[in-house]
Amino acid sequence: MKFVDEFRDPELIKKTAEEIKSLVGDDHYRIMEVCGGHTHAIYRFGLEQLLPEGIELIHGPGCPVCILPMDRVDEGLAIAAAPEGDAILTVYGDMMRVPGYEGSPLEMKAKGLDIRMVYSPLDALKIAQSNPNNSVVFFAIGFETTAPATALTVMKAKEMEVDNFSVFVNHVTVIPPMRAVLDDPEMEIDGFVGPGHVATVIGAGAYEEIARDYKKPVIVSGFEPLDILQSLLLLIKQLKAGESRVENQYERVVPWQANPVAEKVLSTVFELRKEFEWRGLGSIAASAVRLTEEYSDFDAEVKYADLLERHRIEREERFSEGAACQSRKRHDDAPCGQVLKGLMKPHQCALFGKECTPERPVGALMVSSEGSCAAYFNYAKRS
Amino acid sequence: MVGADTDSENSFKDRQIELAHGAGGKASRRLVEGLILPRLANPILNRLSDSAIIDFSGKPLAFTTDSFVVKPLEFPGGNIGSLAVNGTVNDLAVSGSRPVALLATLILEAGTSTAVVAQALDAMAEASAKAGVPVVGGDTKVVEHGMADGMYITTSGIGEPVSGVFLEGKSVCSGDKIILSGPVGDHGITVLLARGELDIEADLQSDSRSVWPFVEALLNTCGSDVRWMRDPTRGGVATSLNELAEDSGRDIVIEDRLIPVRDTVRGACEVLGLDVLHVANEGQFLAVVAAEAADKALAAIRRIRGGEEAVIIGAVGDVSAEARSSGGSGSSKESNRSKQSRQSEGSGASKESKYRGGRLTAITPYGSSRIVDMLVGDQLPRIC
Repeated sequence: MKFVDEFRDPELIKKTAEEIKSLVGDDHYRIMEVCGGHTHAIYRFGLEQLLPEGIELIHGPGCPVCILPMDRVDEGLAIAAAPEGDAILTVYGDMMRVPGYEGSPLEMKAKGLDIRMVYSPLDALKIAQSNPNNSVVFFAIGFETTAPATALTVMKAKEMEVDNFSVFVNHVTVIPPMRAVLDDPEMEIDGFVGPGHVATVIGAGAYEEIARDYKKPVIVSGFEPLDILQSLLLLIKQLKAGESRVENQYERVVPWQANPVAEKVLSTVFELRKEFEWRGLGSIAASAVRLTEEYSDFDAEVKYADLLERHRIEREERFSEGAACQSRKRHDDAPCGQVLKGLMKPHQCALFGKECTPERPVGALMVSSEGSCAAYFNYAKRS
Repeated sequence: MVGADTDSENSFKDRQIELAHGAGGKASRRLVEGLILPRLANPILNRLSDSAIIDFSGKPLAFTTDSFVVKPLEFPGGNIGSLAVNGTVNDLAVSGSRPVALLATLILEAGTSTAVVAQALDAMAEASAKAGVPVVGGDTKVVEHGMADGMYITTSGIGEPVSGVFLEGKSVCSGDKIILSGPVGDHGITVLLARGELDIEADLQSDSRSVWPFVEALLNTCGSDVRWMRDPTRGGVATSLNELAEDSGRDIVIEDRLIPVRDTVRGACEVLGLDVLHVANEGQFLAVVAAEAADKALAAIRRIRGGEEAVIIGAVGDVSAEARSSGGSGSSKESNRSKQSRQSEGSGASKESKYRGGRLTAITPYGSSRIVDMLVGDQLPRIC
């Protein structure tokens, strides 16, 4: 298969792994792959086994469902359960099993809420057009990678006056959490394997501020085994030479400059939120977007403002005591944040594989195939 | 819950039925072992094999049933009718039995066009003629509009077990070879694309067919050297081989590079993020054969038209550490697999591991390996 097989060549992969091994020698490096897609590929292809012990991979906060606070999931589900009874909530497949405190979209769907899986926000818009008497809400998640598709859909909805369509925006940005990770004194990261798909939108050059401000090298990487190994090799070479530059290993896809069309669309439709809560990382300033005033008719948070306000008040009351409070505590006590920050390996968590499995996840890291816990559970040797 | 709660390890704790319970993976297994088995338990059911082998006036008889709720009703390479015939024929075949006769139950939704029903029946007739297994009876029911997505079909079948063949997970031995009859993933990807929800077009059709001709050739050639067979339908090859690992208590090792996958299927899996080992098949089977008979077995399957792509994809390994530490197989009550409990180690997955005898591992082309788990959740609802 073209564009895939070249990057899975067993001989080249073995050779690159050998090169990394001899270069690393007795040194030790803590390297974070920010993107969940990389985490998944590392486990799926068993790449960790090919690396020397001196390379410690830390799985970063680049999996959109993993960093989504459970309150946001519940809020989306509250919209689906709107008393008018006309709401259809549309979500990406990744979202279906993500637990809120009160259940996952999948569980709520089985209970009768109209929740549908879509592959693209445009599909959600189509559902709105063919169900004019329903209020169709798209639960938008993702980094800059998926945000342009949401933005274009909102623009299209406005242009076509599909007024029964709105978006519950949970789009986040990639640079602020990288800064947050580096600002955390516990973290001690030597360098990054930089997210590749995000960089098709923001450009490889966007990571320069990380290299400049923190003196950490960033290698923007593709997702095939050879891509990842080559990126690690480039990273180790820089670290050995005491350099901290941004390098673009994924040049076949990622340009240095931002994609001007995508940028324009994003800035037309979205504006930065003052701050946004990240699961495990806490509140990070200017790390997420919402729809601008001009598109507020399509903002589910505006459209359902009263409902969400009521939901939040009820939530506070309900969670203040009793069983609901216990259930919330159980989730909040789960050390997902520690794992997300790379301070704890997935299997070191007491819940891993016991209370928390891909089937019945306690934390979102166990849900998405990009979550480090699920990747670890599904692919890694567990003994 | 009455009665079932007593075996707390095994009882079904899910609060409601979800689509995942029908996906053929872990949740399906829980439903069967936790909700159904405790209530209906008997020595034959407890084996949970593809067909029940019952004693019929001193002669063994294979007896099985399968329901079909595929959406859409038609797809390239078949429709619900051909699927219903081949599915049950294959359940008999992989339990080592010559399929003899079928019953078919149609649940029709009011408002379904007669042409659609006729088409399904025509395909049934064709598949039944091709397999040489007649539909000798059945039942029809009609439900209200909006209740059955056009139609559902249930087929039941009886078969004659081939004498001298005993197929069971427990009888596989270290070093036995694992044979796969042909490329995987065709059915699942075909049905997924036939739904038209993805703007992907591919020249691909379902592999739905009777596997009996291949099985017959295999059993005639190798007899009791064939130790275990399964048709990897919902949940795919990964789920079938995980079941083997559990039932046998042995580790199973396959090699990624040996597994035949068509380029179109591989491409679709890459785009959609699916592991092809989890994708459904309707015309393939897996067989474990004694190492010394493996070449002969492969040749026998390949000689039959349509079996040319059969390959050895891996081998049965040693008894897993977990199974050893828990006293291995052979506990008497109910299904052994649930008894094989892994000692909880620091890194351990003790609750999960009660389902786990051995493990399924795939060797990557780069010399590393990965664990291949059963399908979790619902990859593609209503694939058959």
